[in-house]
Amino acid sequence: MLAGWLLAPALCWMGVFFVLPLALVFVISFASRGTYGGVEWTFSLANYLNVVDPLYLKIFLRSLTLALATTVLCLVLGFPLAYYIARLPVRWQGVWLLLVMIPFWTNFLVRTYAWMFMLRAEGLLNTLAMGLGLIASPIEILYSPAAVLIGLVYGYLPFMVLPLYAAIERLAPSVVEAAWDLYAPAWAVFWRVIVPMTKPGIVAGCLLVFIPSLGAFITPDLLGGARTMMVGNLIQHEYLVVRDWPFGSAISFVLMGLVLAGVMAYVRAEGSRRELEVRR
Amino acid sequence: MSRRRTWLLAASLGNLLFLYAPVAVLIVFSFNASRLSATWQGFTLQWYRVLAEDEALLAAVQNSLLVGLASTVIATVLGVCAAVALERCPFRGQRVVEGVLLLPLVIPEVMLGVALMLFFVSIQLPLSLVTVTIGHAAFNVPIVVVIVRARLRKLDPALEEAARDLGASAWQAFRCVTLPLLMPAILGATLLAFTISLDDFIVTFFTAGPGATTLPLKVYSMVKSTVTPEINALSAILVLVSMALVGASLVLQRKPVRA
Amino acid sequence: MRDRSTSAKTLLVLLSLACSLFGCQPTPEDGPKKTPQAGGDAGRPMPTLHYFTWSDYVDKALIEGFERQAGVKVAVDTFGSNEELLAKLQSGASGYDVVVPSDFMVSIMIGQGLLADLDLTKIPNAGLVMERLQRLPFDPNNRYSVPYLWGTVGIGYNSEVIAAPPDSWDILWDIRYKGKISMLNDQREVFGAALRAAGQSINAKDAAVIAQARAKLLDQKRLVKTYTSENYHQLLAFGDVTLAQGWGGAVARAMVERPAIKYVIPKEGGTIWADCLVVLKTAPNKGLAMQFINYLLDREVAAKTTERLLFASSNREAKALVPERIRGNPAVYPPDSAWDRLEWMTDVGDAVRFYDQAWTELKLQ
Repeated sequence: MLAGWLLAPALCWMGVFFVLPLALVFVISFASRGTYGGVEWTFSLANYLNVVDPLYLKIFLRSLTLALATTVLCLVLGFPLAYYIARLPVRWQGVWLLLVMIPFWTNFLVRTYAWMFMLRAEGLLNTLAMGLGLIASPIEILYSPAAVLIGLVYGYLPFMVLPLYAAIERLAPSVVEAAWDLYAPAWAVFWRVIVPMTKPGIVAGCLLVFIPSLGAFITPDLLGGARTMMVGNLIQHEYLVVRDWPFGSAISFVLMGLVLAGVMAYVRAEGSRRELEVRR
Repeated sequence: MSRRRTWLLAASLGNLLFLYAPVAVLIVFSFNASRLSATWQGFTLQWYRVLAEDEALLAAVQNSLLVGLASTVIATVLGVCAAVALERCPFRGQRVVEGVLLLPLVIPEVMLGVALMLFFVSIQLPLSLVTVTIGHAAFNVPIVVVIVRARLRKLDPALEEAARDLGASAWQAFRCVTLPLLMPAILGATLLAFTISLDDFIVTFFTAGPGATTLPLKVYSMVKSTVTPEINALSAILVLVSMALVGASLVLQRKPVRA
Repeated sequence: MRDRSTSAKTLLVLLSLACSLFGCQPTPEDGPKKTPQAGGDAGRPMPTLHYFTWSDYVDKALIEGFERQAGVKVAVDTFGSNEELLAKLQSGASGYDVVVPSDFMVSIMIGQGLLADLDLTKIPNAGLVMERLQRLPFDPNNRYSVPYLWGTVGIGYNSEVIAAPPDSWDILWDIRYKGKISMLNDQREVFGAALRAAGQSINAKDAAVIAQARAKLLDQKRLVKTYTSENYHQLLAFGDVTLAQGWGGAVARAMVERPAIKYVIPKEGGTIWADCLVVLKTAPNKGLAMQFINYLLDREVAAKTTERLLFASSNREAKALVPERIRGNPAVYPPDSAWDRLEWMTDVGDAVRFYDQAWTELKLQ
């Protein structure tokens, strides 16, 4: 009874301003578009069939590739950092964690702009590299997939480091020491001991990076140029440029499906972790 | 052993360099006298002066703070109530309710943005700061729920029961025992919600109407049109504000009870 | 750890609240507004005019001039393309008073019933519109719109790299400039370039002709660094691109930063456009909107606008007041010899679907 009263406000709010809008998008995704935009209420599956058109499929593939690459790069870069932090004296852990957090608290647009500033043809990196004689003519990085990848890794690295740190901190150093004492080779210590025991952190970090990367809008928009549109930009393009709301809605739902599939995988992984903890 | 440590330290410092170099460069060049900003042409504070006189920018900051405060208050009230209900009074269909409350955390932000836009258009609510606030509250409620619930789960229910045994009413027990214990989590959630609202671009982009330009929208249009040192100056201020906040918290954090 | 970061966050909340209290003394944008001369009038809200315009049409001094003159507040929001403007208005962004669509978009907006009739008695300066911009086909009697700023679309190029002035749109398909070309992020203009290069009208409605232009543009894409309507003047000035399809005024802006930048209207011809001042049917402040339009069209204000934004004003008396270096700049005022090969863009009706589809394909490729 009391629960009902406490829940009602939040539920109403989320019902009206979240579930209803989503339902609306779902309904509209089966309609078709008017000449100057707007929606014509004729039922069709055309929008969903359209999504598998090679043209759009390509965008989905590109987004998946970029998101995966971002995740892998974040993992490779973030793991040593997280491991290092987790093995520091507690006092220093806080300092390092805050250093990782500060960029996260800083405006995302500002962080993206920083890379626009660094990467232009006559920007700092090129000027420096040419001044040092490393390259003869400017490398064109801005407005390329590489620039988007850099921006995404930069933006989401903290999301990887924090859960990794939490997982590694829980891993008792004695376990790793034991492996060394038994003369396990380095690769075995890493792959057979550290990775399996920090798997939940790895999975969580990967998801926290993968989900926002997949739906990224700002980074490809500002750093991407002509050849790097991602799904997020495609949705914006459908809504605000060609004003095809029904098709934009269908794409949104497909994107949501992809992301939810990832989350399901996580929930399953999380479930097995709980089991593991219980058994321990 | 020590070689491994050296290697880890190097990799970690490399990470930090990657995280901080671009921002440091931005800040250094905010003092650059050249408008074309690629080369250093002497020190100036000119860009900060330009910034201070930019009324549109100040208005955008104001809008952002307004939306941030309003959406945070709404999200905190709704979220705390919901968290208590979910954790303390199990009921049938709870999983569904939990799903609805948590879904916004995992769906792509673009999706939430377009859904809200379509919804506001169809109920003919003109886009404005109000619609932006509604949107921000919608993604902030789940954040508050998650954080407060995590804390609640760790609290020993025996504390509240003890209070009841000693004759306190349910409300008194909650207010005098549970709420104070929850306070750190509530404040933490509030802060996170506020920060995320201040930083949000995508939902705002789709739900903002006339005169509802927030700071991120303003920064976006500045970044898109002209790269001037003014943006560097603005970035520098934003970075320093976040550093000052985090830094100050580090200092104060040493005092609390925890050893 | 969790507890520690929580107390850190707690502190952050308090600090940010403190900042918001001290940092921002009330100059509310939307809340009730006190008039500056807060004598007997105190408490009466100051009217706010909502102006929605192109991102490169904003000039603080000009807006402030009107704020002082009329004793009102002007809130400016910006858009980057005609399509974005239409999408924003269709998606319920009502509340704007004055917006600035281009010629062909004016006719679409008239068709959509979005525009209010202008009260020309309150806009006497509308009578000063130059001969060539009068009786434009989309609104011959200025019932809904008055031309504001106008110009051409051509090619801006870096003469340090390209010594001989290019005279054809074909240079945008020249492999030597791969990765050094920027195109407008504007579907009609990008297709306009391809159509013109193929000797067609920029207003082609024939699916086959549009398909040809699409193929040509798909072929060009590997050479294009980016599609942007907003910062190509900087890309030119910074050396990020060598060639840019662009609006004359923006290229003129690049010239200020880097004098080696030049502008041509190719021999196949280009677009002539006029961005028009219109009042929305849903405008909350129609009277004030008319007053604002009249202010923007004033001779002195118009000349200042051209001087600062580098886009030509529609006011026929303004040109004489503009400094010579701007008056003689072909990117701002097209030379008389170019007029014959300029074409107005018109609404293509249902063919817009072909353009939309082709544009999406091009952007996604």
